[in-house]
Amino acid sequence: MTDSAIPKPVSQSRAVWQQFRSHRGAMAGLVILGLLLAFVLVGPLIWRVDPAYINPDAAAMIKARNKPPSWASPLGTDQLGRDMLARMMAGGKVSMAVGMVAMAISILLGTFVGVLAGYFRRLDGPLMRLTDLFLALPLLPLLLVMVMLFRDTLAGILGPELGTFLLIVFAIGVTSWMQSARIVRGEVLALKEREFVLAARSIGTPPSRMILRHILPNVMSPIMVAATLGIASAIITESALSFLGLGFPPDFPTWGRLLFDGVDYLTQYPERVIWPGLAISLTVLSVNYIGDGLRDALDPRIRGR
Amino acid sequence: MKLKTALLGAVAALVAAPAAWAERGTDGEVKLTFPQAVSILNPYLTDGTKDVLAAGFVIEPLAGYDTEGNRVARLVTELPTVENGGISADLTSITWKLIPGLMWSDGSPVTAADVAFTAQYCMDPAGGCAQSAKFANIDKVEAVDDQTVKITFKGPQSNPFQAFVGGQTPILQKAQFEACLGAAAPTCTAQNSGPIGTGPFRVTGFTVNDTVQMEANPNYRDPAKPAFATLVIKGGGDAIGSARAVMETGEFDYAWNTQIPPDAQAQMTAAGKGQFVVAFGTLVERIETNLTDPSADLAEGERSTAKHPHPILSDVNVRLALSKAIDRNTLVEVGYGAGGKPTCNLVPAPAMFASDNTDCLTQDLEGAKKLLEDAGWVDSDGDGIREKDGKKLSLLYQTTVNPIRQDFQALIKSWWNEIGIEVELKSIDPGVFFGGDAGSPDTFQKFYADVEMYANNFSGTDPEAYLAEHACDQAPSPENQWQGPNINRFCDPAYDAALKELTAATDPAKRAEIAIKLNDMLTKDSKVIIPLVHRGTLSAHSNALGGVAINAWDNEITNIEDWYRVK
Repeated sequence: MTDSAIPKPVSQSRAVWQQFRSHRGAMAGLVILGLLLAFVLVGPLIWRVDPAYINPDAAAMIKARNKPPSWASPLGTDQLGRDMLARMMAGGKVSMAVGMVAMAISILLGTFVGVLAGYFRRLDGPLMRLTDLFLALPLLPLLLVMVMLFRDTLAGILGPELGTFLLIVFAIGVTSWMQSARIVRGEVLALKEREFVLAARSIGTPPSRMILRHILPNVMSPIMVAATLGIASAIITESALSFLGLGFPPDFPTWGRLLFDGVDYLTQYPERVIWPGLAISLTVLSVNYIGDGLRDALDPRIRGR
Repeated sequence: MKLKTALLGAVAALVAAPAAWAERGTDGEVKLTFPQAVSILNPYLTDGTKDVLAAGFVIEPLAGYDTEGNRVARLVTELPTVENGGISADLTSITWKLIPGLMWSDGSPVTAADVAFTAQYCMDPAGGCAQSAKFANIDKVEAVDDQTVKITFKGPQSNPFQAFVGGQTPILQKAQFEACLGAAAPTCTAQNSGPIGTGPFRVTGFTVNDTVQMEANPNYRDPAKPAFATLVIKGGGDAIGSARAVMETGEFDYAWNTQIPPDAQAQMTAAGKGQFVVAFGTLVERIETNLTDPSADLAEGERSTAKHPHPILSDVNVRLALSKAIDRNTLVEVGYGAGGKPTCNLVPAPAMFASDNTDCLTQDLEGAKKLLEDAGWVDSDGDGIREKDGKKLSLLYQTTVNPIRQDFQALIKSWWNEIGIEVELKSIDPGVFFGGDAGSPDTFQKFYADVEMYANNFSGTDPEAYLAEHACDQAPSPENQWQGPNINRFCDPAYDAALKELTAATDPAKRAEIAIKLNDMLTKDSKVIIPLVHRGTLSAHSNALGGVAINAWDNEITNIEDWYRVK
């Protein structure tokens, strides 16, 4: 009789998933992000049009310009007759990759600094002053200088596209870790005083294991939230860099560049701005909702309610 | 009732119409809109084109330029020449004779003392005169009698038509500006925002950086002009907004400087309310080729210098092929519409200096391929890119961040790819590109790329100084902090010799002949410079406004007295 009153114990990951599924916004976000990922990753395998193709025959190019949506080009063509659907796919691949990789770099750095500062009292002062220093730096000029100094060198070694990609994600990553470092430090400071940490320390757990096994799993939820917000800002920063001529080569489509290119044609062809704008907004929104859901799901105090 | 009123109106209009052609102030108000608002009406204290343009309706120079770039007399009886004795034989002085009976808008006579005073006003070292360069070679300006003014130069002057020629150096009234000499110049707010002039209009109201109101000058020298009784200039907004106000809503009669994309031009013209007008000066959008090696493998200080000739672009056949592959008509259609026309010349105007060079106007992809083929550039490994002696035909093509230029880059890249050339594109912030900072690798002078695209022009109507920019010793290099206008690092003794001839020549026909030869050496014969588009300044006027003839050589509007209302 008693076992029917006590619910069956479920594994932690299963519990997290169940909680996550109950968050409607997060589920919708997950589906939309999945669709967007499929669009940029699987899309080009089905829609095999070169996004940079301009008809070298000038007369044909002129005829193919500024076309409305049709079967031949479902999202129409741009001012040089390039297929917008293919450009959206190619642009999305770059924008999403930039967002994710830059976010990963910034989270790794931020967590590393945050945990060290929170856990080791002696490091706290210097590391937090370093964080303040970075926060006080004007980031865009710093990015511009980095890009100007290292672009040619990197492009020479890795080729213009991969070189620029690495430089941009690195530049965005190292200039956006400060918020997550502060959040993580705060959480770690609070956790350090909890009984389970005291218990672990009393049995002689070395700091490295203490951080990895006891602290990190408990700061996962704020890190997750910071990460999801980071993707959005990385996509936007990349757009700004492209706009200033310091991002990818000008014929290399990204969502940010498509958006900026479309602004000139806003009154005549509003769809040029709407498509990339919608894609960026959807990505950012869905990632934010997923982050929201993850936070709820990962927090044991909220879970189950 | 309504019909009757309409008929009466029509009859009245018919009766009034013939009179409108011959009387001052019969056509009501003309409204102009400038994307940049007017801030001052004294051209000696501003570099702003908008200010000089607005001031030109009120104050006038002794002579100016017509729409073809020829000098014409404005306030003088005739243009001085050596033949009529107006210019001294040793070219050290020029004498102007004012039209007799000329009056200021306040009714007082215009005298040579006013001209001499204007020179004194601008030549005062404490005044900070914006046009002082035009007075730099003047020794003294004196009033010989009431109608005659003599300008003496510090030495022989091959071009004595600088001061008082063109809208930037008009004549000020001595009586009005007498108290405004030297350091007092900028403090004379009333004078600077309402100069008394000889032009067709006089200022009645001026709100700085907003609106200028004018009315017809009652003492204008032609009693039948101007046709409009009042004039309003409203400033502010942007190019596309001003164009709309003329072409779509009809709020204004004339919009100055409306450089907008061709699609928008076509859409607005289709509304049928107005039209775009364009004045072609000397601005040419071009691709410059680098004759020195910009490779990053070279040591800093040797990159892009004459020590290392370019491994690809030193071959004239490659440059000719690059030019042949470009369809300039398409570029104009995509980028400029009515605001541009295809050109093969570095000096596209004035007509007497323009070469009849049209060989590049038709695209010839097959011809370009054959040129490369014959020069030994062949695709031997089947990757679509030609090579010669193990050197791939691959170019880095840079320009500034600008939507039209990025479209041009993409189009030209597609054509060059078609003839087997690999192209990498780069766009640079214009502030950096044109900034001239010797520490930056991205300036147009440093030219750490194979080809680059931008636009340039020359002021005035004589291209000598402009062509002299391509002499051997004008190349930017580390020795001169990368400041030099010969950014191709072009160096040809024959060119330098012809330049010397040009400097020595005084006969206009001979000068034109040499200038054309120099232009062809850079463009037609060698394609060191690949001209693309001759760009004009685009303005818009309503169909209800007649008599508009815009000018690229002087103020854009030099004939406002001839404007009339189309009825």
